[in-house]
Amino acid sequence: MFEIFGIPSTALFGQLLIGLINGSFYALLSLGLAVIFGMLNIINFAHGALYMLGAFTAFLLLHYAGVDYWWALVIVPIVVGIVGVVIERLLLQWLYKLDHLYGLLLTFGLALIIEGMFRNFFGASGRPYQIPELLRGGQNLGFMFLPNYRAWVVFFSAVVCFSTWFLIERTSLGATLRAATENPTLVRAFGINVPRMIMLTYGFGAALAALAGVMAAPIYNVSPQMGSDIIIVVFAVVVIGGMGSILGAVLTGFGLGIIEGLTKVFFPEASNTVVFVIMAIVLLVKPAGLFGRRG
Amino acid sequence: MERVVDPLTESESTLRAQSGRIAFAIMVAALIVAPFMTYPLFLMQAMCFALFACAFNLLIGYVGLLSFGHALYFGWASYLSAYSAKAWGLPPALAILTGTATAAVCGLVAGALAIRRQGIYFAMITLALAQMMYFFAVQAQFTGGEDGIQAVPRGKLFGFVNLQNEAAMYIVVLVIFLAGFLLIYRIIHSPFGEVLKAIRENETRAISLGYKTERYKLLAFVLSATLAGLAGATKAIVLQLASLTDVNWPMSGEVVLMTLVGGLGTIFGPVVGAFVILVMQYKLAPLGEWVLVIQGAIFVACVLLFRRGIIGELANRLRIREL
Repeated sequence: MFEIFGIPSTALFGQLLIGLINGSFYALLSLGLAVIFGMLNIINFAHGALYMLGAFTAFLLLHYAGVDYWWALVIVPIVVGIVGVVIERLLLQWLYKLDHLYGLLLTFGLALIIEGMFRNFFGASGRPYQIPELLRGGQNLGFMFLPNYRAWVVFFSAVVCFSTWFLIERTSLGATLRAATENPTLVRAFGINVPRMIMLTYGFGAALAALAGVMAAPIYNVSPQMGSDIIIVVFAVVVIGGMGSILGAVLTGFGLGIIEGLTKVFFPEASNTVVFVIMAIVLLVKPAGLFGRRG
Repeated sequence: MERVVDPLTESESTLRAQSGRIAFAIMVAALIVAPFMTYPLFLMQAMCFALFACAFNLLIGYVGLLSFGHALYFGWASYLSAYSAKAWGLPPALAILTGTATAAVCGLVAGALAIRRQGIYFAMITLALAQMMYFFAVQAQFTGGEDGIQAVPRGKLFGFVNLQNEAAMYIVVLVIFLAGFLLIYRIIHSPFGEVLKAIRENETRAISLGYKTERYKLLAFVLSATLAGLAGATKAIVLQLASLTDVNWPMSGEVVLMTLVGGLGTIFGPVVGAFVILVMQYKLAPLGEWVLVIQGAIFVACVLLFRRGIIGELANRLRIREL
């Protein structure tokens, strides 16, 4: 153990790790928001609620069906993805011709409904979710203690983010998707079923949020308001990064998580607000956002 | 097919032209009679929220800007009004003025930042800035944290009107509400208001006509924030309380809901919406968290099926151009 700027290395790197983990969730969520916004032109206010739904589904599966973490990692995104598809078919598809604002208002209503339901049945208090057997304990790296589960979260979310980027930017499916974002009418004329693509995109975005929720469950307590706590920060992340670029969204997410972690070490009072302050500065200096292509 | 033309008699068409005045007269009459029939405190609270919703509507309804962070102005005005009345011992008029001025300053700063982006980003920026100020309110000493500022003295207006008297307080709130309401009406119908509507319809065209739309948007934002602050500052004196509820994001959502239910871009809609939502909250209070679910369901239903809102729908049925 040694000291940096009078702060013990364990504390500094510990907070850096927490920042990196928060950053993973910011990245996963803002990635989903960006993908959905690209196809549907809707800012999905329910994204936080879907993240919470993911965490809660994992919790319920473990306690009532005995389904462990690893299976939850597979099942939960599929279940929530289907919920997303249903939401898109039932509600969102009627809004595409209207002003963007109605999409925001409707998904805000959805978020209230989902959060309210869970508050009714489970109360406002958080519930713990066990870390899976395989990932308990940690490594002593000398300058810090690295819990295995946290290392896994950072690693796995980086893999998911990279795969999504690869899927959208480097495969033919992604090329069609991007084309449909640019000009849906033309893509439709090529015989591609664009409405189905939009539907699946929302389902995919919902599944990403749910996956983040499952990963978050053992770290934060599972609680009904965990979604609304994080979604506003993610909005600020999206404003800072701009939604034009997938990689931009991911980098901004991880970067802001780390900055937030460092703020916790050096200036703890500001740790809640630092992301918003950075947003204000970015708006002054580069109004289109760091990676923004369009306003 | 032959087009059916509605034969309007002369008296009917003048009635329609006068509909705004008639509606205003009905509203004033109702607000004068109402305290004899129901709780004055509830009505005062409802008038504060009605003014809050009208201020919010000035932005969304007439400039097309969705601010998702109006709790910032309402809540911080509420805090400063309560604090200045309690800790500094300011008389109520000055306390309300302090709160309102705070909201105006916050509106100027937040507005200048938010108008740098359009559409959906504007909504996210206003929400994020409001959340930042919420965290400041949580950490600041003077706000009293979870307890808020309680037992705020109502004091004496201009030194001789004792506001502990419920009737006196009611009249003061009624005057403030009507003054705010008429000011908003005046703004909407001024040349300035016409430019705002032009920006709502087509900002690019307004720019090409030589209007500096940024300045118009900023001024509209500051006016909206200031009036929202007036509502919050008055509420703090009426209920003798300022708390974290007033600055948190559900409050921003609530004012959106009130305006949406009453009718976006209508003059009387926000007032009706505020009363409807508050009555609903009182009636449904025993249901606990279900209120959240019901509010969410109303949001969804309004957006999908009922975008005109109560007053918008009414005006449409009666074929009144503006109500």
